[in-house]
Amino acid sequence: MKPEIYQSPKNDMNDELSTIEKTVLSDYKYGFVTDIEADEAPPGLNEDIIRFISAKKNEPEWMLEWRLKAFRHWSRLAAEEPKWANIEYPPISYQDIIYYSAPKQKVKPNSLEEIDPELRRTFEKLGISLDEQKRLSGVAVDAVIDSVSIGTSFKEQLGEMGIIFCSMTDAIQEHPDLVRKYLSSVVPITDNYFAALNSAVFTDGSFCYIPKGVRCPMELSTYFRINAENTGQFERTLIIAEQGSYVSYLEGCTAPMRDEHQLHAAVVELIALDDAEIKYSTVQNWYPGDKQGKGGIYNFVTKRGICKGNNSKISWTQVETGSAITWKYPSVILKGDNSTGEFYSVAVTNNYQQADTGTKMQHLGKNTKSRIVSKGISAGFSNNSYRGLVHVAKNAVNARNYSQCDSLLLGDKCGAHTFPYIEVKNNTSVVEHEATTSKIGEDQIFYCNQRGIDSETAVALIINGFAREVMNQLPMEFAVEAQKLLAVSLEGSVG
Amino acid sequence: MLKIQNLQAGIEGRTILKGINLEIKAGEVHAIMGPNGSGKSTLASVIAGKTDYEVTEGRIEFMGKDLLDMLPEKRAGEGLFLGFQYPVEIPGLSTTNFIKTAVNELRKYRGEEPLDAVAFLRLMKEKMALMDIQQPLLSRSLNEGFSGGEKKRNEIFQMAMLQPKLAILDETDSGLDIDAIRIVANGVNKLRSKDNAVLLITHYQRLLDFIIPDFVHVLYNGRIVKSGTKELALELELKGYDFIKNDLNIAETV
Ligand SMILES: Nc1ncnc2c1ncn2[C@@H]1O[C@H](COP(=O)(O)OP(=O)(O)OP(=O)(O)O)[C@@H](O)[C@H]1O
Ligand SMILES: [Mg+2]
Repeated sequence: MKPEIYQSPKNDMNDELSTIEKTVLSDYKYGFVTDIEADEAPPGLNEDIIRFISAKKNEPEWMLEWRLKAFRHWSRLAAEEPKWANIEYPPISYQDIIYYSAPKQKVKPNSLEEIDPELRRTFEKLGISLDEQKRLSGVAVDAVIDSVSIGTSFKEQLGEMGIIFCSMTDAIQEHPDLVRKYLSSVVPITDNYFAALNSAVFTDGSFCYIPKGVRCPMELSTYFRINAENTGQFERTLIIAEQGSYVSYLEGCTAPMRDEHQLHAAVVELIALDDAEIKYSTVQNWYPGDKQGKGGIYNFVTKRGICKGNNSKISWTQVETGSAITWKYPSVILKGDNSTGEFYSVAVTNNYQQADTGTKMQHLGKNTKSRIVSKGISAGFSNNSYRGLVHVAKNAVNARNYSQCDSLLLGDKCGAHTFPYIEVKNNTSVVEHEATTSKIGEDQIFYCNQRGIDSETAVALIINGFAREVMNQLPMEFAVEAQKLLAVSLEGSVG
Repeated sequence: MLKIQNLQAGIEGRTILKGINLEIKAGEVHAIMGPNGSGKSTLASVIAGKTDYEVTEGRIEFMGKDLLDMLPEKRAGEGLFLGFQYPVEIPGLSTTNFIKTAVNELRKYRGEEPLDAVAFLRLMKEKMALMDIQQPLLSRSLNEGFSGGEKKRNEIFQMAMLQPKLAILDETDSGLDIDAIRIVANGVNKLRSKDNAVLLITHYQRLLDFIIPDFVHVLYNGRIVKSGTKELALELELKGYDFIKNDLNIAETV
């Protein structure tokens, strides 16, 4: 099987190459901690903590009830933390986690200009400017640190088009009807253990609403940062694309280096109505732990979209390089007729990282299509698993699925695993699955060496080539970052 | 430029090169011929620094420096180029991208600024015309799905782009149609100058009609057993390697 070859000018990565060349192959460079005073809840999880969070956020009664319901469900499940994934970790002590931590700002900022300079500097260090005039390509940013959103840029400009892009906290206050209508409509609070936990304690996240017929003129992006010690980050994202609308959304994340593990359990819900399209891209770079596997983020995330309307489309693209453990299956429910779901993924594991990631495509409507392209790269002592389910329901006439899962191994102490599940209940469907496993060849590296390219750069070229089909799905600004990230996260993995 | 003294090398305890002596001076073209399995590609790989082979004896000097101490990419930086007998494929990496990286890595080694997109494109257009190579091929993944001839032309194109001091071409003529051989020969001849040298590894006298070598060597069972001029190649073509074997047998019995 041959990967497709792209030739359009956008996809020609010539100009980015110099970034790879220049990439200083350093260790995790986002590992710093910002010294900011935080407003924190005591560690532990009980109904009082949930009331505390809800009160802090000045939430309406229905929201508190909803949280408590989720908490009670989670408590019943507590003995049943899911164990089916191909990952191993010691039991998480949920009572030692701090569920609410907000950077203390003297006053709640009314505009981005009023944000605490220390916080502003944190984001600048991460390469994210909150100043609208400094943004190069018109990307609207929502920045979330620990439990709360600290500011959203371009709010007014988007507001003129009827687009709502704000923190979840603000959305609950300002657009309660929309939130109430759609929250947990795709991922019910009872969906799974981590979704229930998230529903009980989530503290912020982003909310986007694109009105009928509107094409969002800029990339909307949220940047998540865990800063405080012993905290978990539980964010909730909700994106609604009304009939005939379009939005491209980006998500990025980093965390300081710490010896103990930190938990991140997010829920993302996407709703696409008739003829709407949502493109959701993630560059996940949570702290992966050190070379001995000490520390790092446990990333247990539930992401699901529903193509609710006819002819709608949802596309997930993810570049996963961080986290000690990744447990994540961005999925699409293809309910509308002629709807399309896509999943493009690059997952890199190095040292002692573990990733169990993939997707679920549920074909319910007629003539629905899905496409899965998964590229796993494993190095060091890591384990990288693809887990995917393609489900074609009885009435899903003419469903089409194409899945391609490629694994690339660096060294011989790492593992790559593929668990494709296919359930077809309608015989007019066509489901195709292809899988390959390859190793970076010494011959490939020597060939590059002979042309003057050192081994580290050679590996970067080879893995970027391997991941190209997925990288091409990313918006330009992100693709460059993602390429650098791949190179950095595999640093030291060749001899 | 290149000085090989008593080079012995092998793999997994088996000796393949059994004492090679060879000197190539700037401005010269040398050809190495020899039967399959005699060690020609091994010699090229050892010069280029492939670590699979263990050098047990001897030394290689290139531009006055001890080559055996250097990483392969440093050897390339010093101006050594190897046109591979079997070029490798790298899926998803565009050929252009690869060559651009190589050009700029070599410039970096020499302490020069990287070429910007415009300058690189200009250089590429010039060499593409010289080598009669088309853009679509260069936009494709490196060597992936290339025909045998296309791979070889891509090697020569890279040589033209990288402008090495010494180019070792391992059977670059194999699998080429007659027009392509002319183009390759033309490219090599254009590179020829008083400062550069070429080492051709070939099975066919035909290439040597287009690129006239100054010296022809016969590699046999890990040793250079005969050296001469262009006439030696003609003689080999007529008589095959048997006459060398006979010569050797006589030499051994004496
Ligand atoms: N990596 C290797 N592992 C094992 N044996 C090897 C290796 N490389 C070369 N050899 C052996 O060394 C000998 C010389 O091989 P080499 O490729 O140098 O021959 P050659 O002269 O280039 O032949 P040809 O004309 O067929 O290209 C052969 O017997 C070959 O099998
Ligand atoms: Mg050979």
